[in-house]
Amino acid sequence: MNKNMSSTSHYPAAPVLQGVEVHTLSVIVDNEPGVLARVIGLFSGRGYNIDSLTVSETEHQKHLSRITIVTRGTPMVIEQIKNQLDRLVPIHRVVDMTVAGPHIERELAMVKVRGKGDHRQEALRLADAFRARVIDATTESFVFEITGASDKIESFVALMLPLGLVEVSRTGVVAIARGPEGM
Amino acid sequence: MAKEMMAKSVAKDSSGAARAAGAELPGREMTGAEMVLEVLADQGVKHLFGYPGGAVLPIYDAIFQQKKVEHILVRHEQGAVHAAEGYARSTGKVGCVLVTSGPGATNAVTGLTDALMDSIPLVCITGQVPTHLIGNDAFQECDTVGITRPCTKHNYLVKRIEDLPRVLHEAFYVASSGRPGPVVVDIPKDIQFAKGNYFKPKEFQHQGYKPRLKGDPDKIKAAIELMGKAKRPLFYTGGGIINSGNAASERLRELVKLTGFPITSTLMGLGAFPASDPHWLGMLGMHGTWEANWSMHDCDLMICIGARFDDRITGRLDAFSPGSKKIHVDIDPSSINKNVKVDIGIIGDCAHVLDDMLRIWRASAPQVDKKALAAWWQQIDKWRARKSLSYKNSNSIIKPQYAIQRLYELTKDRDTYITTEVGQHQMWAAQFYRFDEPNRWMTSGGLGTMGYGLPASVGVQLAHPKSLVIDIAGEASVLMTMQEMSTAVQYRLPVKIFIINNQYMGMVRQWQELLHGGRYSQSYTEALPDFVKLAEAYHAVGIRCEKPGDLDGAIHEMIKVDKPVIFDCVVDQNENCFPMIPSGRAHNEMILGDAGESVEDAITEAGKVMV
Ligand SMILES: Cc1ncc(C[n+]2csc(CCOP(=O)(O)OP(=O)(O)O)c2C)c(N)n1
Ligand SMILES: [Mg+2]
Repeated sequence: MNKNMSSTSHYPAAPVLQGVEVHTLSVIVDNEPGVLARVIGLFSGRGYNIDSLTVSETEHQKHLSRITIVTRGTPMVIEQIKNQLDRLVPIHRVVDMTVAGPHIERELAMVKVRGKGDHRQEALRLADAFRARVIDATTESFVFEITGASDKIESFVALMLPLGLVEVSRTGVVAIARGPEGM
Repeated sequence: MAKEMMAKSVAKDSSGAARAAGAELPGREMTGAEMVLEVLADQGVKHLFGYPGGAVLPIYDAIFQQKKVEHILVRHEQGAVHAAEGYARSTGKVGCVLVTSGPGATNAVTGLTDALMDSIPLVCITGQVPTHLIGNDAFQECDTVGITRPCTKHNYLVKRIEDLPRVLHEAFYVASSGRPGPVVVDIPKDIQFAKGNYFKPKEFQHQGYKPRLKGDPDKIKAAIELMGKAKRPLFYTGGGIINSGNAASERLRELVKLTGFPITSTLMGLGAFPASDPHWLGMLGMHGTWEANWSMHDCDLMICIGARFDDRITGRLDAFSPGSKKIHVDIDPSSINKNVKVDIGIIGDCAHVLDDMLRIWRASAPQVDKKALAAWWQQIDKWRARKSLSYKNSNSIIKPQYAIQRLYELTKDRDTYITTEVGQHQMWAAQFYRFDEPNRWMTSGGLGTMGYGLPASVGVQLAHPKSLVIDIAGEASVLMTMQEMSTAVQYRLPVKIFIINNQYMGMVRQWQELLHGGRYSQSYTEALPDFVKLAEAYHAVGIRCEKPGDLDGAIHEMIKVDKPVIFDCVVDQNENCFPMIPSGRAHNEMILGDAGESVEDAITEAGKVMV
């Protein structure tokens, strides 16, 4: 920060930065009006990052939703994020999937590619290799559906770029723990 | 569309894509705090209302070292915002506020909400804790952008010095363009200290947010066609005309003259059309005149310009002007078809659309139905003959209506600005003080904020030092921001606080009489201060008047004093404000002060749950 600061400000100086980590959090919340705004407001108000966020009701009887948040920060900040989330009244549980044990992360993307001739052939071949499915086609375009870990989707999208990538729609990450136990 | 645009602009902002157009002049290096003052000067700001604190000290230091912008030290941040509102509303300029983080920002929230509801252009700069402490519950930290998101048109948290000049200039653009409103710029203290390159953009623009000024010409043509054929037309205008500027008021006057149609207005629009003109029907709505509300109910064509079909205006929606076609001109697309479905919605700035309306009317010279219009005016005259604002005057006690009538008569030939607090006195002021010009009437309409009028008068007086500025106040409201008397005295602003003192929260008492069996729960103020002594304690002048016979003399005395005055006008405690459309009723079910029907019977059970 500014050298001036410590002498002229009554605030403590900025701490020396630790390394930044990416964590995936699973959060069980009451599916009530405004709950998503509370979660997002917490992140924006306290200056936390959101890489991706997905939400849907998962237990209809109990009106519970599961939110999966991918966030990044120093270990201290990640710890704060979890604690701050836990403090919100409609939040039932917060689990840091990244530290809780082995887990699976998946994302779904729909990728639109436009092209003719060789490009079209090449797009199809690569899609096959990535186990992406064709879910819409015209004589000059495809929409592929691909699921997988985020880096797999990243590489697929990167490969499609020179072949006529038009647009991508992604769900963001969902995560679940391996093994028989629920969260 | 506006909402969409705002959403877009937020997205744009985070990527830093919004940019000032035109060539950027070579920059100068300075601190963030100095940039704030530089931007204010570049925007032509002369006065800044504020209150210092830890998180804005660098900006106060920069204020100390320059002369272009004068800082007005208020006594409470709410007062700063209302003063800026009064300043903005009476000049058409953007009002500017500077407050510290935490309590400074939260104290400003009422004023910001008030400005949002009444579409007043403001830029409010808030200090914030240093960026590295944000989210830490640091001393005097609050989530200012989170708290003010729903009560601003837009807000920013500036986390990089490179963004500061652009964001500040953009704030002025967003506040004043389209439907105006308050904009908050939250600046962490380390950004105020940081050095960066300041440049003044040639033109202030926003890539995503570009409100549309010109109306759709086909729709305007269609509107003129309807107007040419109307048998019982009515102009219903509002604060949008005032916001659009003097040109809009002028065009409106021309259009009324040209068409010969009657015109009414909302509380916020008073003065856009002269009250002394015979086409004027008075204010409409809950406490509007008999003729204005009946005309709304019975018209066959409603031409709404810069008003928003608020619930104080429409009354019962399913009985709202049932037989009319409706034209609605508004710069905010989300206002159109929000409460009332209209036949022609024209998105555009009032002045621009009125300009086109005038041109097309003149060019097409429609053959109006003169016979029908004459019959319509005859009907209106019958309604007028009810004299719905009449009240029983008294020789022994001052009636509040009489007090405002006398105030009007004795000040109307002067260069006068009126602000108000909220309550019965506000409605009586709207009914009995007659405005012939725009920007002369400053009141809290949408939010109904008690305590608005005194600080607003401070802002108005500052902008118009030679004019007579009067806050028509209630004794309860005025105590909410009384501390700003101290500001008025410090800056030698000779505002006149004219208190209609009925010892009651009169509007609350009136509703308790109507809805709750006369059980006056907590609406009587047992221990009021001695307002004359209070004035003196502030080094201002106090005047008390208790007899109708003394009133003129006392008002003259008040006007003569070249100092702030608190005028304690002791009035009848039991007077009610009429006419009134009881909640849950329609425009043609208004009750009058002299009506045979008891007010209690007039309100249905369903109506009681409304406010
Ligand atoms: C900040 C705030 N609190 C409460 C209210 C509700 N309210 C509306 S009018 C009113 C009474 C106002 O009393 P006074 O200022 O004496 O005016 P009067 O009606 O007597 O003319 C109250 C309490 C409000 N409008 N604003
Ligand atoms: Mg009162």
